[in-house]
Amino acid sequence: MKNIQNILLTLFCASLTYAQQTPAPKQSKTVAIVGATAHIGNGEVIQNSTILFTDGKISTIVNTDEIKIKIGSDVEIIYAEGKHVYPGFIIPNSTLGLVEIDAVRATEDDAEIGGMIPHVRSIIAYNTESKIVESMRPNGVLLGQITPRGGRISGTSSIVQFDAWNWEDAIVKEDDGIHMNWPSSYTRGRWWLGEDASLKLNDKYSDQVAEVTSFFNETKAYAEGDKSPTNLPYKATQGLFDGSKKLYIHVDDEKGITDAINFSRENKVKSMVIVGGEEAYKVAGLLKQNNIPVILHRVHSRPDSEDDDYDLPYKTAKLLVDQGVLVALQADGQMERMNSRNLPFYAGTTVAHGLTKEKALELITLNPAKILGIDKDYGTLETGKSATLFISEGDALDMRTNQLTHVFIDGRSVSLETHQTELWHRYDEKYKTEK
Amino acid sequence: MIKHYFTILTFLCSLTLFAQDYFPKNDGVISKNTNYTAFTNAKIYVSPTQVIEKGTLLIKDGKVVATGASITIPKNTTIVDVSGKSIYPSFIDIYSDFGIEKPKRQGGGRSAQYDPSRTGYYWNDHVMPENNAIEKFNYDSKKADELIKAGFGVVNTHIQDGIVRGTGTLIALNNDGGNDTRVLDAKSGQYFSFSKSNTSSQSYPTSIMGAMALLRQMYYDADWYAKGNVKTKDLSLEALNSNKSLVQIFEAGSRQNDIRADKVGDLFNIQYVILGGGDEFERIDEVKAMNASMIIPINFPDAYDVENAFLAKNLSLHDMRGWNQKPTNPKVLAENNISFALTTHDLKSPKEFKSNLMRAIKFGLSKDKALEALTLIPAQILGKSDKIGSLKNGTQANFLITSGDIFDEKTTVYENWVQGNKNVIEDINKKDIRGTYEFSLAGESYEMNIKGELSKLKSEVTSNEKTRGSKISYVDDWVNVAFTTQDSTKQEFIRIVANVDDNKNLNGKAMLPNGMETSFFAKSKQTDSEEKKSDEKKADSTAEKVSPLTYPNKAFGFKEIPKPETLLFKNATVWTNEKDGILENTDVLIKNGKIAQIGQNLSVASAKVIDATGKHLTAGVIDEHSHIATSAVNESGQNSSAEVTIEDVVDETDIDIYRNLAGGVTSIQILHGSANPIGGRSAIIKLKWGESAQNLIYKNSPKFIKFALGENVKQSNWGDTETNRFPQTRMGVEQVYIDYFTRAKAYSDLKKSGKPYRKDIEMETLSEILNKERFITCHSYVQSEINMLMKVTEKFNFEVNTFTHILEGYKLADKMAAHGVGGSTFSDWWAYKYEVNDAIPYNAAIMHNAGVTVAINSDDAEMSRRLNQEAAKTIKYGGVSEEEALKFVTLNPAKLLHIDDRVGSIKVGKDADVVLWTDHPLSIYAKAEKTIIEGATYFDLKRDEQMQNEMKAEKSELINDMLKAKNEGLKTQPIKKKEKELMHCDSE
Repeated sequence: MKNIQNILLTLFCASLTYAQQTPAPKQSKTVAIVGATAHIGNGEVIQNSTILFTDGKISTIVNTDEIKIKIGSDVEIIYAEGKHVYPGFIIPNSTLGLVEIDAVRATEDDAEIGGMIPHVRSIIAYNTESKIVESMRPNGVLLGQITPRGGRISGTSSIVQFDAWNWEDAIVKEDDGIHMNWPSSYTRGRWWLGEDASLKLNDKYSDQVAEVTSFFNETKAYAEGDKSPTNLPYKATQGLFDGSKKLYIHVDDEKGITDAINFSRENKVKSMVIVGGEEAYKVAGLLKQNNIPVILHRVHSRPDSEDDDYDLPYKTAKLLVDQGVLVALQADGQMERMNSRNLPFYAGTTVAHGLTKEKALELITLNPAKILGIDKDYGTLETGKSATLFISEGDALDMRTNQLTHVFIDGRSVSLETHQTELWHRYDEKYKTEK
Repeated sequence: MIKHYFTILTFLCSLTLFAQDYFPKNDGVISKNTNYTAFTNAKIYVSPTQVIEKGTLLIKDGKVVATGASITIPKNTTIVDVSGKSIYPSFIDIYSDFGIEKPKRQGGGRSAQYDPSRTGYYWNDHVMPENNAIEKFNYDSKKADELIKAGFGVVNTHIQDGIVRGTGTLIALNNDGGNDTRVLDAKSGQYFSFSKSNTSSQSYPTSIMGAMALLRQMYYDADWYAKGNVKTKDLSLEALNSNKSLVQIFEAGSRQNDIRADKVGDLFNIQYVILGGGDEFERIDEVKAMNASMIIPINFPDAYDVENAFLAKNLSLHDMRGWNQKPTNPKVLAENNISFALTTHDLKSPKEFKSNLMRAIKFGLSKDKALEALTLIPAQILGKSDKIGSLKNGTQANFLITSGDIFDEKTTVYENWVQGNKNVIEDINKKDIRGTYEFSLAGESYEMNIKGELSKLKSEVTSNEKTRGSKISYVDDWVNVAFTTQDSTKQEFIRIVANVDDNKNLNGKAMLPNGMETSFFAKSKQTDSEEKKSDEKKADSTAEKVSPLTYPNKAFGFKEIPKPETLLFKNATVWTNEKDGILENTDVLIKNGKIAQIGQNLSVASAKVIDATGKHLTAGVIDEHSHIATSAVNESGQNSSAEVTIEDVVDETDIDIYRNLAGGVTSIQILHGSANPIGGRSAIIKLKWGESAQNLIYKNSPKFIKFALGENVKQSNWGDTETNRFPQTRMGVEQVYIDYFTRAKAYSDLKKSGKPYRKDIEMETLSEILNKERFITCHSYVQSEINMLMKVTEKFNFEVNTFTHILEGYKLADKMAAHGVGGSTFSDWWAYKYEVNDAIPYNAAIMHNAGVTVAINSDDAEMSRRLNQEAAKTIKYGGVSEEEALKFVTLNPAKLLHIDDRVGSIKVGKDADVVLWTDHPLSIYAKAEKTIIEGATYFDLKRDEQMQNEMKAEKSELINDMLKAKNEGLKTQPIKKKEKELMHCDSE
């Protein structure tokens, strides 16, 4: 315990000369991490590893017991025996940087008005200076898909890394996908108007689905013509048909998921993803058959109805993984932004409820990288991939041992300091000096 | 509707006009009728227990003169021979809004209204004892006809609006009389409910606990007023006091509210008659213990329409069970000797009354009890046994003439007499032509089956085993039938008109499609008596299926409430939270609900041994700040609500209790919300899933009250229009406290002086705080206001017990330690509103290091089931030791709640509230395997799995039964899913 405090204190002192949140400069020197247990992110573990990275890319990752690497004198060596190295965790379907304080309207930039607004882009509103974004890093959450909310078609998301001067710096993949809120199968009455507030079938469901279908038909017809004058929503949607953008359909219930899958197929959408998918486990066969991944509803949530198993949200990931569905985790829901730093613990919970630790790790590393289409560069510790990784004193999926000492994004040594650690140090010091 | 109107013909018998003696008459001469009417040879139910097999009922002037087997009939008597028929007293609906229009809801202003709209009345608009139903009463003959048809002769009506509703009126359903005869009692009772009036938008009370507190305060005030201590006029209290001696009827509307209403009454020695909700059977002992007479609605649910499988999955087990359990409610009440009246209240129409009543009888309600509940008991409740509810001498001549047992499906009710006025429902002389007939026409032989209700007959004509389309009508012994010919494509009809003779044969003529007429004779076939018998047998043997009751009666409820056991945990890693620290390979013995022994190699013959090798045993998790298991969170109608208490509204059926147990939680403090600077009193409970609400609450519970600071109490996030309640700034918050404590001090001094004082529940509560008998848990975020409250309380010579949330506690941890206040905080929440911008997850560690007693709380039904993990975050954020971290959710909250002498650690003599974890208790990988409270196992991982499977089987069986019911043509209702909202401090 003391060790950690010392390390953190050292870091604190060393970085006093400049603002904590300042993004790190480009990697200038090769870094070697020696002796750590490397969790590759694809299910494999190397107990005694040597990892080297240069110019932001992993150049070597080997089992030290098998292959001895000679490390040059110009290499910065981090001895990490007994510690653990992980690829940076990835949070998909996130509004980080779009809203700062839930209750303060002026800080809300996550939901634009309008029904079909695929042309609206989240990336330009992404605030790299957000105090909440920086609080992700000490927990190992280093990449995120910044996603607009609201409307039927909410807009276009982009993928960023969490240590940047501005949104352009932050971009990992720009405009990666379009997000759609699938019509709900159920509605409830407006109790404040004296209507019955209990759940019933949404009688406007067919109309709402027809509206989206019509939008897609128009979009496709537009592409065949001279495209003049430019129609921004139609233009923005084209990527779905050539595969340059994915369609993220936000839907939770069994029937809605099935309808959404059929919708995408009928509309020749190249690649679609289910977001939410509380009941996806009931249609796992269909999902697998169509190679459709699921970005799963927040693990730390209450079951949807009182008859559900108490641990249903905890074990849904396992139910899906067991049936061969590609699953990633996310934090959508109440206080989702500040909660996003608990992403590793969501994965930990799936271990308590059936998955192996390495499988659970995939849910926040390789799987989201695959789903978001960034797995060529991110998601695992493999040669040639970005050196976006961190060192933890212990098992990073358990809050008891998730203690980060080093964080690298694209090989850059990233600060672990935040608005929160700054206040901690200030007041910790205050009481120490006063004693 | 119109149809029904005509079905009831009221006969203006000359004997029933009681013109008021002193009224002048200008349209003729005054003629007085002093004749009698006698109904002879009837089976007369004078009362449910007094039945005359062959008797006479003699009436005159709308009243019963005599009933008996052999009574002298005066000469001037009209005699009606009703041999073979039965006579019952007409029913009484004791709970009705007959003839009274419910006031329409008033549109509220843009912002909440805190002050009353009236003067000269009580300070709360929803208290209206000055209202009298008789002043708003308009006889509704449409509705009266419906009720008469359903068998009712008298209704007891009132204005169903507001918390105190004034007096009701007892009305005879006499369509011919005027109010001079119909009104049996202008003030028949005084009425109450927990629902606010539509006539006012006054905010208070916003919750049921507020309504309870309001009623209590009202009674204190009424007493104070009665003693002449109030100089101003209060017409409400005057009316309340003057109606004190009437029967007091309370609309509770559910089992839980029954108990709550009764509890209010008990304090003032008032025994309400309680209108229940039909779910009393779920915990009948508790209902019985009220010792109250009850009024019970019988709006039993139809089977749900479960054909849509997607929608069906949203149906809860609780609702599904209700379908076959709720019809048992009257039976269960009767078996437990609870006196109750039945009512049409909550039915869409009185037309549905009979079928529901039949269902109750089918589900076990005895016919005697059913009759009692419709006659004797309502009359008794109203104190009118001498006037209504029986056919004893001198009672109102309100009675039913039926073909037989009134509670038999096949029985026809012919007449409903009210105050000696005849209402015909079905012609008593009408021959019952239901049955099978044979006839032949043009060489073809036919069979005709006539069935259905006598007033709405149906025919079925068959020939050569083919059914023809047919229609029948039957008026005044004449039958008209039309049926299709053999060639169905032609749309041709054979028409028959026939007279019914005394042998029920049909004599007449038939008109054939070709225009030919021919004579017609159909012979009534004697019903095969053997067939009938076997039919009856069949009906009897199909006992109604009723789902077994569990505690609570929903998913994961127990068939039997867990009992304390003698348990021996072997070889566990024991986190004692005491000097001994963490003990490896240790045995713990639990006996009589207490920790009995801790040591090595323990062995007790009688104990159930649990192998805990590789597992961890800790004290049960305690959540200092919870909002589960309650029907209300905030009373936000005023800036102080010290008069309300969550103990009034504990909801023992909340599924989150079970889910919390699955997270190792054993005790929680249910806190009032943070809508106002001075909130309500807490309930500290153990999560004994299955027990009654009362049994969850700690015995000799330490007294707590919630206070709150900051954005919530100054209504920052309530919308831009909410700017008219003081305080709107942190500056104002301080003044609220100073004001209330100053007044409480004065109140307390006056009380101690022995001089008369107006009892004020709010001031009583605040005095307890001043006297250090009640502790404050204060919702708080920003250092300035935290500091303020400490300074205010110091001025009044007491200390704040706990700051809850306390997210900026780290900024003044030294001051907190000096004040002696504890901090119960979130592990890592922040950024959800402006005042938590500086919230840091290192808060717990810093406060702990400064010597503050620290707890980690949830304020959230989801997080509370992972509180052990939340505690573990303090290891990551600030380097707290594991042993101390676990105390943040066990011993420390116990200390803050002043229950650490009973719970919070594993120590011999303490309550056996323990959790067996599958792994290190601070690890994300640990699951609660067993959660034990006072030696009884309330959660068990294996049993949970078993219950999950059993429930799936039960639901599937119920769905099957409902599909069957639908196929049998029973009514179904659309599926609705009720959802319980996740409650936080801000929940209203």
